[in-house]
Amino acid sequence: MTNQTLAQYANLSVYSAMAVFTIAMTAFALDLAGAAPAVLGEDPHRPRARKAAGIAMMLTRLGGLLLIAAVAMRGLSVDRPPLGNMFEFALVGSMFVVVIFVAISLRRDLRWLGLFVIGPVLLTLGMAITVWYTDASELLPSLKSFWLVIHVTVATFAVALFTIAFSVTILHVVKTWLDAQDPTEMSRIRTTVNAALPPSRSLDRTAYGLHAVAFPLWTFTLIAGAIWAEQAWGHYWNWDPKEVWTFVIWVVYAAYLHARATTGWSPRAANYLALAGFGAILINYTVVNLFFVGQHSYSGM
Amino acid sequence: MTGSRMDTRPDESDVNQPVLGFVGTGRWAWRQLTSMRTALFLLLLLAIGAVPGSIWPQRNIDAGRVADYLASHRTTGPWLDRLGFFDVYSSPWFAAIYLLLFISLVGCVVPRSKLHWRTMRSQPPRAPRHLERLPEHGEAVVNGTPQEVLQLARDVLGRRQLWAGRYRLRSDGLSLSAESGYLRESGNLVFHTALIVVIVAVAVGHLFGWRGDRILVTGKSFSNTISGYDTFDPGPWVDTEGLSPFRVAVDKLVVTFEEHSTGAQRGAPRDFTAYTRTQTSPGAPQIHQILKVNAPLTFGGTSVFLLGNGYAPVITVRDAAGQVLLHEATPFLPQDANYKSVGAVKVSAASPKQLGFFGFFLPSEYLDKDAGPSSFFPDLKNPALALGVYEGELYPQGRPQSVYTLSTEKMTQLRNARGEPLRLLLKPGQTIQLPGGRGSITFDAVQRWAGLSIRYDPGKLLALIGSVAALAGLIASLVIRRRRMFVRVRPLGPRTVVSIGGLAKGEDPGLGTAIEDLLATIAQRSGTKGSDTKT
Repeated sequence: MTNQTLAQYANLSVYSAMAVFTIAMTAFALDLAGAAPAVLGEDPHRPRARKAAGIAMMLTRLGGLLLIAAVAMRGLSVDRPPLGNMFEFALVGSMFVVVIFVAISLRRDLRWLGLFVIGPVLLTLGMAITVWYTDASELLPSLKSFWLVIHVTVATFAVALFTIAFSVTILHVVKTWLDAQDPTEMSRIRTTVNAALPPSRSLDRTAYGLHAVAFPLWTFTLIAGAIWAEQAWGHYWNWDPKEVWTFVIWVVYAAYLHARATTGWSPRAANYLALAGFGAILINYTVVNLFFVGQHSYSGM
Repeated sequence: MTGSRMDTRPDESDVNQPVLGFVGTGRWAWRQLTSMRTALFLLLLLAIGAVPGSIWPQRNIDAGRVADYLASHRTTGPWLDRLGFFDVYSSPWFAAIYLLLFISLVGCVVPRSKLHWRTMRSQPPRAPRHLERLPEHGEAVVNGTPQEVLQLARDVLGRRQLWAGRYRLRSDGLSLSAESGYLRESGNLVFHTALIVVIVAVAVGHLFGWRGDRILVTGKSFSNTISGYDTFDPGPWVDTEGLSPFRVAVDKLVVTFEEHSTGAQRGAPRDFTAYTRTQTSPGAPQIHQILKVNAPLTFGGTSVFLLGNGYAPVITVRDAAGQVLLHEATPFLPQDANYKSVGAVKVSAASPKQLGFFGFFLPSEYLDKDAGPSSFFPDLKNPALALGVYEGELYPQGRPQSVYTLSTEKMTQLRNARGEPLRLLLKPGQTIQLPGGRGSITFDAVQRWAGLSIRYDPGKLLALIGSVAALAGLIASLVIRRRRMFVRVRPLGPRTVVSIGGLAKGEDPGLGTAIEDLLATIAQRSGTKGSDTKT
C-alpha cells in the first residue's frame, strides 16, 4: 500500500530544497566572483569578508535537511527504503552528496567547493523530478531483500563521494592549467578562478582522499551485489550490463589508484583516469539503466 | 603502494649485455609483463574489453536476442559474431587480457611478498645526521637528561598507535629510529593475492559447476537428474551421474501484480511465491517449503531458484469418436510484460494426419486492431487461447525441435469455409469442433508454471572469502600509514634538545601533526611547562 499524500509532501520537500539550493548556488558564485584582488598585485589569499559564502553554507544545510525529509517521507509513503527506481536513486544520491559536503565542511573550509557540488546536485534533482519521476509504489519481487538496503545504499553513497571527488578533480585540472600560466598575463576571469581555488597540491590531496574512501565502498558494493545476485538470480556473476559497468568503474578507479602510487605517472594522467571513471559512472546510471536490456531493469520507466 | 613499480627486485641492469639471448629475452619479456605500466594498460584494456558485452546481446544470457540481432543485421552481424562480440566473456581475446593480467598479478605479488618478508624481519635504518632535512621536522627543549628523554621517546613510540600498529624501534647511542605501518604493505599483498584467489574460485565454479533449468507446471514434480531438466549446462569436469537425488514438487504458485497504480507501474510484478514439497532423496520424508524470488531452496551445495513463471492452459483434444487423444497442461512462454504467451500443442496421436495447434495464450484478452489478440494485464482477468491449426507431419525426420513452436514445413494450415486460415478463440470450459470431422479441442482450465533454475557452484564460497579478504586488504593498504620517525637528543645545559624527523611512504598528510603530538607528549611527560617547541 502506498500513501500518495505523503509522497506529494516528499515532492514538495524536493521542490523546496531545489529553491533553497538555487539561492545557495548563486551565493556561492557571488562569493567566488569576489575572490579576485581588487588591485593588481595584491595578495590573492588575503583575508576578505565572505558573507555570501556564509549564507550559502547555511542554505546548503537547510537544503540538505529538506532532502533528508524528502527521502524519509518518500520511504514512509511506500513503507520501504526509497531505493527502488531512478527517481529514488537520484534523490538519495543527491542527499548523500549534500550530507557528505556539509559533514566535511564542519572540519575544513570548503566554501570554494560549494558551487561545484550544489550545481550538480541541482541538476540531478531537476532531472529526477521531471524526467525520471516515478509514482510511489511497491517494489518488484527481485528487489524485496534486505540486500537492497545494504547494496544500493552503499552504492549510492560511493557514487556521492565519487561525484564530489570528480568536482575536486576537475578543479585540480583547471588549477594546474592556470598554475602553468603567467599570472601577470592572465585575464580577469582566470585571475578570479585562480584566486578562488586552494593550492594545486591541496586540491590533489583532497581528490585523492575522497577517491580513496569511495573505492573500498565501491568494492563493497560489488561484493554485496554479487552476494545478492547469487540469492536472486542463482549466480554471483552473470555479466549483466549493470554488473559489467560496475566492474568497469571498479577497474578504472583501481587503475587511478595504481597510477597515483606510481611515480612514473604524472598526476595529470591519474586525473584523466579519475575523470574517465566518473564518465563510466554516469553511463552506468543513465545509459545502462534506460537503454541496455538486463536484469537490473529497475528504472521504473 | 611502496615504490615506483610493482616489480621491486633490484635493478639488474642489462646494459652490459649486448646480446640478450633466449633467457635474457624471456627475462626482458617477463619484466615487461610484470611492470606496473603493463598492469595498468591491461587493467584499462580489461575495462574496455568488457564493454561490448553490455552493448550487444550475449548468447550465454539471451540466445534469442542474439538470433534476432543476426537476423536484422545481415552484414555487420556475422562479422561481430566472428569477432566474438556475442560471446565476449568466453572469447579468446577477452581471455587473453585476463590471463595476461593474472600472470602480471602473480609476477607482482611473488617478488613483493619476498621483499616484504625480508623488510618485516629487518630493523629500521639508522637515523640520518640532519633530521631537519627530512620532509617533516620538529624540535623542542625539555627537562631531563638526554638518556631520560630518549627513554621517554622509546616509551611513547613503543605504545600501540591508531591505524599504524606499534613502532618498531632501533637505538644507536643518542638517536632512535622507529618505523611503523608494515601492515600497509601486508594489506596491499593480501588484496592482490585475494584477487588471484577470486579468479581461481571463478575457474573452479566454471569447471565443476553446473546449471539446469526446468519449467514445472503446478501439481507436478521433478528429480535432480539430467533427464529431469529442460536444459542442462554442465562444466567440463562435472560428474553428471553423481547429482544429489533431491526432488521438488510445486503445489501452488501465487503471483500478484500491481493493480492500483496507473501508468508504467501498472501490471508490474509484486510477488511470486511457490509452495513446494521437497525430499532430499527418494525415500526421505517430504518437507513443505516456500520458494520465493530472493529466497532459494538449498540441498547441500545445490540451490533451486524461482526465476520465472507463466501459464499452462489445460487442453483436451478428442477425435471424431470422442476418444481423448491428448489431455495435458501445456506451458506457454510469456512474450511481454502482460504475459501474452506463445506455445504449441502437438497431437501426435491424431490420425490419419497429425494435428498441431500453434498460437497465443492471453491472460487478459482483448483484440488489438494491429497486433491481433493481445493481453492488457498479466493476471487472469479474461483468459483466452487464440490458436491456428495445422495438420501433417509433426516431427519431420525426427529432428529435435522446441516444444513451444511447431515446425510447419511438412504441415498445412486448416482453413475455414471462406478459405481464410482457421483461427480458434477459446475461453476456459469452451469446446470447439474442428472442421472436416477432425475431432474437437477443449480449453479446460488454466494452471501456472514455475521457471526453476538449479545451480551448483563449488567455487562460490571461495570467491566470497577471496573478495572479503580483498576488501579487508584494500582498506588496510589505504588507511594504514607507513612512517619512519627519527629522534635525536643532545644536552643543552641541564636540559635536553629533542629533535624529531619524519618520513612517510606515499600520501601522509598527518605526519606533521604526529611529530607535534610526539613532542608535546615528551614535553608533558618530562614535566616541561609551556611550549618550547619549534617545527
